[in-house]
Amino acid sequence: MKNGFGIFLAAFIALGVSWCGFVLAPVLQLGTAQQASVLNSSDIYPLQRTGDATLGLQVYRANGCAACHTEQVRQDGVACEVVLTSTGKTPVVVSNLVSTLKLTGLTKNEADAASDKITAAGGSVETRIVPVGRDISRGWGLRQTVATDFLYDYPVQVGSLRAGPDLANIAVRAPDANWQLVHLYAPQALVKNSAMPPFRFLFEVRKIGDAPSPDALQFPKDFAPPAGCEIMPTPEAKQLAAYLLSLRADVPLYDAPFTP
Amino acid sequence: MNPTATKNFNTSEIDASCRVPLLALFGGAALWLVVGLALSLAAIMTFHKPDMFADCPLLTYGRVQAAANNALLYGFCIPAGLGVMLWIFARLSQSELALPLVPVVAANIWHPGVLVGVVAILLGDSTGFAWLEFSRGSSVLLFAAFLLIAISAVATFGQRQNRELYPSHWFLLAALLWFPWIYSTANLFLVAWPVRGVAQVAIDSWFANNLVFVWLALVGLGTAFYFLPKLTGQPLQTYYLALFSFWTLTLFGTWMGIAASAPLPAWMSAASSAAAALTFVPVLAVAVIAVKTVRGSDVSCKGGSLCYVKFGTAAFVLSALMLIAEACPQISRVTAFTWFGPAQVQLQILGFFTIVMCGAIYELLPRVMGFGLPFPKFVRLQHWLFMLGIVLWAGSLAVGGVAQGMKLGNPQTAFADSTGVALIFLRVGTTGLLFLLLGSLLFAANIFVMTLKWKLALLKSLLAAVKAPLKTAEVKS
Repeated sequence: MKNGFGIFLAAFIALGVSWCGFVLAPVLQLGTAQQASVLNSSDIYPLQRTGDATLGLQVYRANGCAACHTEQVRQDGVACEVVLTSTGKTPVVVSNLVSTLKLTGLTKNEADAASDKITAAGGSVETRIVPVGRDISRGWGLRQTVATDFLYDYPVQVGSLRAGPDLANIAVRAPDANWQLVHLYAPQALVKNSAMPPFRFLFEVRKIGDAPSPDALQFPKDFAPPAGCEIMPTPEAKQLAAYLLSLRADVPLYDAPFTP
Repeated sequence: MNPTATKNFNTSEIDASCRVPLLALFGGAALWLVVGLALSLAAIMTFHKPDMFADCPLLTYGRVQAAANNALLYGFCIPAGLGVMLWIFARLSQSELALPLVPVVAANIWHPGVLVGVVAILLGDSTGFAWLEFSRGSSVLLFAAFLLIAISAVATFGQRQNRELYPSHWFLLAALLWFPWIYSTANLFLVAWPVRGVAQVAIDSWFANNLVFVWLALVGLGTAFYFLPKLTGQPLQTYYLALFSFWTLTLFGTWMGIAASAPLPAWMSAASSAAAALTFVPVLAVAVIAVKTVRGSDVSCKGGSLCYVKFGTAAFVLSALMLIAEACPQISRVTAFTWFGPAQVQLQILGFFTIVMCGAIYELLPRVMGFGLPFPKFVRLQHWLFMLGIVLWAGSLAVGGVAQGMKLGNPQTAFADSTGVALIFLRVGTTGLLFLLLGSLLFAANIFVMTLKWKLALLKSLLAAVKAPLKTAEVKS
C-alpha cells in the first residue's frame, strides 16, 4: 500500500460510522426527549430540580462524588404477583384456594391463571407488577433507572464504580436533611465502618452565640461537637444535601412500569 | 518492509533534527508521569484513612483521582506518544523532521495546558465527564497544540523517500486523525453546546473508549510494530496480519464502551457487546504478530528497551481481553461497578502504553542526543519496578473487583462487606503504586539529567564562541 490518502480515507470511514452510531444517533434519539407521563396518573415526570438542588449537582460534580457513587439501579426482569383484595361472599373457599396457590414471582400468564381461579371462586384480586433484581432487592430502588430520570441534569452523573452505595434513590432511603448533612460531615458517625471521606471542608465550626443556630447540625450523642461549639453547614453543603434529597426515581413510567 | 534498512542513510542528522522538539515533549511528559503517579498515591490514601484530607478540598478523593488520571493520560501518554511518533516518521521517511520549530511551540502550549486543566480539577472546576474533566480553556490549548504537532508529523510523512508505507505508518497516521475528531466532538457536544440528558452519557462513553482504548492502542501498537522488528533484527510477521489487525481494530474497537447497565436504549449496549466480541479478532492478531516476530530471535533483552516493548505488548493483549470480558453480559453481572474496570484502565495506561513509551524513549533518546543515558543501570531497575508495580497494582484491583462483585451481586450480603473486601486489595495495591512511582522517578532522572547535560554543553560552546579571540580581519582598526 503506497497511498497515505487511502489509509486516511478508510480510517475516516471506520471512525465516522461509529460516530454516527454513538454520537449522532443518541443525539437524534435522546437529545429531544421531553417529560414523560407517570403511569396511571395525570402527573408528568421528572420535574425540574429546585434551585438549591440544581446548584447542589454542581457541588456533586466539583468534588467528584461520581468517582465512587453510581446513580443507576439495575433490574433483571419483572415478575407479577396476585394480591387478594376481597374474599367476597365465600371467604372460606377463597382463603383455602389462596393458601394452595403460588401468588408471587409469577409470569403474566401464571398470574392471569391464578387470578381467574380466585375470581371464579368468588374472590376479587389485583395483579401487581414487581421489578426484580439485585439492586432492587437491596432496597436501592423500586424500578430500574431510565433515561428520563436525567432529563434536566447537566452534567449527567451516572457513575461507574460503587465504592459507595448507589444514590439513585437516596432521598427515599434517607429523607432527613439533618441526616444527610451529618453524614457529609462525619460519615462514620452514622454508618459504621463507612469508607467515605468526611467532607469537613463544607462545614464551619463556630462558637455558639447568644442562642444556638437553628441551622446547626444535630448530632447523635457520642459525636456531638465540643461544648460551646456548633457545626454550621456552608451554602455548598446545604445545596449538596438539597441535591441528594432530590434523588428519587420512584414513579412508574412506560419504560419502567411497576405497581406502586 | 524492515525498518532497519534505514541505517544506510545519514541517521545522525535525522536524529539530531528531532532533538529540541523531543526534549520539549518528553521533559514535560516525564514530569507529568511523576506527578500523576504521586496524585494517584494521594488518592488511594483515602482508602487507608478516610479522614486524611477531610479538611483539604484540593485533595478530596473525587478531585485528586480525576486529576491523577488526566495527568497520566494527557500529561504523559499523549505527548510521549507524539514525540515517539515524530521520530518514527522522520526515521521512516529517511528525512529530517519537517518544521521542527512547530512541535517545540506545541509542546510549550500542551504542557501548560495540562497544568491549567489539572489545577482546575483540584480547585473543583472539572467538567464532570470521565476523561474529559479538563476545563474549557485547557481543552482549547490541548487541541491547538495537537494540531500543530500533527502538521509537523504529516509534513515529515510527506517528505518520505520511499513511497511504501510501513505498518507503523497506518497506526500512527490514524491516531493523528482520531484525536482531533473525538476531542472536538466531545468538547462541542458535552461542554460548549451540551446535549440533553443521557445522550451525554453515550457521547462520553464513546469518547473515553476511543481515547483510552483505541487511541492508546493505535499509538502503542504503531510504536511496538516499529521497535519489535528493529530490536530483534527480524521482519514483522507479517505485513498482511498487521494490516488485518489495523482494520479490524478501527472497525470494531470504536464501537465498544457502552456499559450494559447504562440508562440508554438497549440497542447501544447490545452493539457495544457485539463489537467487543469481534474485537477479540484484532487482539488475537496482535498477539500472533508479536509472538511470531520475537520468536527465534537470538537477541536477549536484558531489561532493556526490547523487554519494555515485549512486556507492554503482552499487557495490551491482557488489558484488551479484560475489556472484552467486561462487555460480556454474563461476566459484567459480576464486574460491573467494581474495581475491575479501573484495573483494566490502569493496565492499559501504565502496563501497556507507559511501558512501551518508556522503552521506545530509552532506545531513541541516546541516538537523538548523540550521547548515552546518564544512568544506564536505571533502565533495567525501572523495568523491574514497573513490572512488579503494575502486577501488584492492576492485579490487586482486578482481583479485588471480582471479590467485590461477588458480594455486590448477592443482596443477602451487606453492602459494607463488598466495599470491605475491596479495601484489603486496595491497600495491597498501594505498594504496587509505590513501585511505579519509584520507577517513574528513575525515568525522570534520566530525562532531566540528559536535558541538563545538553543545555550545559550548549552553554559551554556558546561561551567558547564568545570568548574565542577575534580574528584580526574582524577587528576594525
